[in-house]
Amino acid sequence: MTPLPVSAFTVTSALGAGRDAHWHALRSETSGLRKLAFDTNTLDCWLGEVAGFDAPLPAQWAQWDCRNNRLALFGLQQDAFLSAAAALRERYGRDRVGVFIGTSTSGVQHTELAYRARDPHSQRLPDWFQHRYTQNIYSVADFVAQVLDLNGPALAISTACSSSAKVFASARRAIAAGTCDAAVVGGVDSLCLTTLYGFNSLQLVSSDICRPADAARGGISIGEAAGFAVLDPNAAAPIALLGYGETSDAYHMSSPDPDGQGAVASMRAALASANVGAAEVDYINLHGTGTMANDSAEGRAVCTVFGTQTPCSSTKGWTGHTLGAAGIVEAAIAMLCIEHGFMPRSVNTRTKDPGIEAAVLLESRDAPVRTVMSNSFGFGGSNCSLLFGKRA
Amino acid sequence: MSAPSQPVWIEAVGIAAPGFASWQAAQPVLRGEAAYERTELPPHAPQLLPPNERRRATQTVRIAFQAAEDAVRGTSLAPATLATVFASSDADLNIIHRISMALTQTPRLVSPTDFHNSVHNAAAGYWSIAVGARAPSSTISAYDFSFAVGLAEACNLVRIDGLDALLVAFDVPPPQPLCEKRPIGCIAAVALILTQARTAASLASIDCAQVDEAPTHAATAELEELRRSNPATAALPLLELLAQRRSGRVVLPRSSRGGLAVSLDVLDAR
Repeated sequence: MTPLPVSAFTVTSALGAGRDAHWHALRSETSGLRKLAFDTNTLDCWLGEVAGFDAPLPAQWAQWDCRNNRLALFGLQQDAFLSAAAALRERYGRDRVGVFIGTSTSGVQHTELAYRARDPHSQRLPDWFQHRYTQNIYSVADFVAQVLDLNGPALAISTACSSSAKVFASARRAIAAGTCDAAVVGGVDSLCLTTLYGFNSLQLVSSDICRPADAARGGISIGEAAGFAVLDPNAAAPIALLGYGETSDAYHMSSPDPDGQGAVASMRAALASANVGAAEVDYINLHGTGTMANDSAEGRAVCTVFGTQTPCSSTKGWTGHTLGAAGIVEAAIAMLCIEHGFMPRSVNTRTKDPGIEAAVLLESRDAPVRTVMSNSFGFGGSNCSLLFGKRA
Repeated sequence: MSAPSQPVWIEAVGIAAPGFASWQAAQPVLRGEAAYERTELPPHAPQLLPPNERRRATQTVRIAFQAAEDAVRGTSLAPATLATVFASSDADLNIIHRISMALTQTPRLVSPTDFHNSVHNAAAGYWSIAVGARAPSSTISAYDFSFAVGLAEACNLVRIDGLDALLVAFDVPPPQPLCEKRPIGCIAAVALILTQARTAASLASIDCAQVDEAPTHAATAELEELRRSNPATAALPLLELLAQRRSGRVVLPRSSRGGLAVSLDVLDAR
């Protein structure tokens, strides 16, 4: 594919609001994970909570009000992203800019609150609960399109933890097909009891902090995040999407193929679509959830494609696993690495699992970074690898 | 940046909706040769799932498989080679209901099976396991506009990534008390197989464009009611043209602000 310039991007997670907050946290080795109270959670676990956004939406957006859309708006307000989107709208017209948003649970936390408030006799849900504008998976994509006043193709991609990586592929296809001229892509997922207790039921939530690739890793720490990017084929931006790969494991609903064959195919497809050789990749941002199964399978897959020397790390020890937002968060981190010439270490990793032969970074590095791969894998065996690079 | 318009070929159709147990059964009704009788379908036992998974399959997975299996019968292409787009407004609200109820109780016992089946892409995951498909797969939501948005995504996979694709649109009614908040009138799914090259089985070529027009209605009051009762059956005006082997243009809803015009060029009836 022709490299597709990324003319603006922003990210908000437990590391803070906006790109600078992320860069400073990565630089100063400060994880965003905390043991803190969320809602009525009783599980003993670490959380990657975003601070400072939980006020009700302004009156004009009242029907959309829920934690997920609040986080979406807060994310859009960082790094002058609203102005970047407005400039895009002026340049191409509102009908010619698409909106592609990844989420795994959208506003389901609003549904949890509504179920708690249901009528004890009739079981009816409260009048304030509007499914379409909150819980529905599309709600966050529709909300972002409304806030940005864009009327091109709009959709939510919901493939669990690969959702907001796959938006880049979908948007690139739509631009290449002429369905739209440019696109806003992004991902938003917010903390809710559904995912906390759900992942806990699968024994995947660690009571310890998330320690990707550690010999004694115990599972994930759940986080929340919002991130957005502008894909504009005519922009003179320094960083571009070079390629993408999407595959399915065809193995199991909630466990990765232990040999990582789907992950291998996804990384190879990304390299092939970019016409970039494995040796040209300077750094790999791993999916690296901190579960036994994922980190072992992904480590094996990375070695199959790249050998054992390419520096790699998971940044989920910093942000937590932000699920449907993980793809955009890690795409943003990949682009920050290119911008600053930096490779973050696998924070919280004490002793690397001897079974993982990939070159997991235990110390951060300052070094020129031209090309980065970012992996995102999800339940249902949904894999996506993205390749970002400095434009020649 | 617009690519030259390059046709996408419709290879096969599948449907599972009230009164329509298969594409073969639906065609005489959609041609106006037989009366439409709105009868609920019995639960489908997905043929492509292993027996254990078949027994445990949710209503959502069953209906998606029923339409997908129906479409696959109309092609000689191996299902393992097809990229997939699963399009659903809400996937499985029965599960969301059970999890939401569990979260109101002490202790909060969420079923692990419910949780892994609660992901929006559960049907896509089961499909890829069932047929051994390692090809790209997307699962999208666009509320009531999910069929047209999924169709556009599938066409882009064909045109830009050069893949043959299976599109499966499906939704099921939520249980009480969610159904008051999200009325979906019936269980239904519609599937299309789209190819980049014309094959011996090709039915028609299609081209899509965004327009500022209201959706096309179905031919009769009964079918119009069906069109409006599930996001998947929004495809009915397109299916009517296909059943009638008639070229033409229909508008399907693609957002609250516009439509997707689908132009159909039907090959001579064989």
